[in-house]
Amino acid sequence: MAINWFKYSAPTTFYGLAGKLIPWFAISSAILFVVGLYIGFAVAPADYQQGEFYRIIFIHVPSSILSMFLYLVMAGYAALGLIFNTRLSAMMATAIAPTGALFAFISLWTGALWGKPMWGAWWVWDARLTSELILLFLYLGFIALHASIDDPRRADRASALLAIVGSVNVPIIYFSVKWWNTLHQGSTIKFSGTSMHVAMQQAMFITLAACWLYAIAVVLARVRSIILERERNTTWITELPEVRS
Amino acid sequence: MKPRQKRFVFIAVAVAALAVVVGLVLNALENNVSLYFTPTQVFNNEAPHGRSFRIGGLVQEGSVKREADGLTVNFVITDKHKSIPVVFKGILPDLFTEGKGVVAQGRVEADGVMRADEVLAKHDENYMPPEAADALKKAESANASAAAADPASAPAATAAK
Repeated sequence: MAINWFKYSAPTTFYGLAGKLIPWFAISSAILFVVGLYIGFAVAPADYQQGEFYRIIFIHVPSSILSMFLYLVMAGYAALGLIFNTRLSAMMATAIAPTGALFAFISLWTGALWGKPMWGAWWVWDARLTSELILLFLYLGFIALHASIDDPRRADRASALLAIVGSVNVPIIYFSVKWWNTLHQGSTIKFSGTSMHVAMQQAMFITLAACWLYAIAVVLARVRSIILERERNTTWITELPEVRS
Repeated sequence: MKPRQKRFVFIAVAVAALAVVVGLVLNALENNVSLYFTPTQVFNNEAPHGRSFRIGGLVQEGSVKREADGLTVNFVITDKHKSIPVVFKGILPDLFTEGKGVVAQGRVEADGVMRADEVLAKHDENYMPPEAADALKKAESANASAAAADPASAPAATAAK
């Protein structure tokens, strides 16, 4: 039995589906945030080197991971939109960009706050930090380019190209600490395992899951308003109960 | 080919070509992208002469000496192969410790000593509570002494790890 996935690529069906999914993602995200931060701040011990300062990882690491992953998802949707000419893919790409930019900003900002007391500098131009900054600029460029073209279909195509080209940056961010000498330390989470205490790990993975669910909930909510805005002249929108009232 | 397949191939080829181009550029830039040189690279004359650059490595154990003015610090940066002495006048970051990572920026004078005007601490990717770090250290030293003298205590030391 095959599920007809293309059914959900139509904004008409996806609008309702997203509306039903949002509360689940939002509530589970809130619960996981509370649990993760509780473990992170009350259960996990202090670090042998950094003391209490290391607790930055419970927000810094999830937002860095998500800023990179969301970019790939965004570029993937942009490519789907270009190839299949589907309306929803481009809308999803547009909906992901602000959340990705937010996570990239949080990652840079928390990193700077941590860097001053630990490294002795707010910012250094090492490969990891610079490529992450470029990622933030790519997000902002995507948003700006999309906003600067009036015709939404043309805006989709132009910004999709930017998103796809920019995806080359993501592996550079990930491998930067391996390829070059950087001030930023190497990866703690590797495919071969992590070099981290168990409670610290749990807290970090739980906040990571919470950030994931938050991102999904927010993107779905944003894509719903994009659908409403772009399809406002269709009959199914005018027949929606929330639009009619 | 259908138009959509054509578009797919076009995008795939374009991204692959772009990745190759970026890869070649980054490869050519290698030393310029790296934040610091290792002491071995400095000895191999790969570091720039006559201008300021960064050296990174570990602070050699037992090498940190403070001068009477309380601000000037002498230490040695090592990569366990070559080492370079550093003089720095200023406030050191919290994470600066013997045996841990450090990056110093400055000029290497004719006497082979770096006069640093900035010292940054580089920390490693290991996170653990102080007790675990102590246990690790004890196990390591026990292992070392066990290997030297008494082979019977070695299993106990590995158990403590």
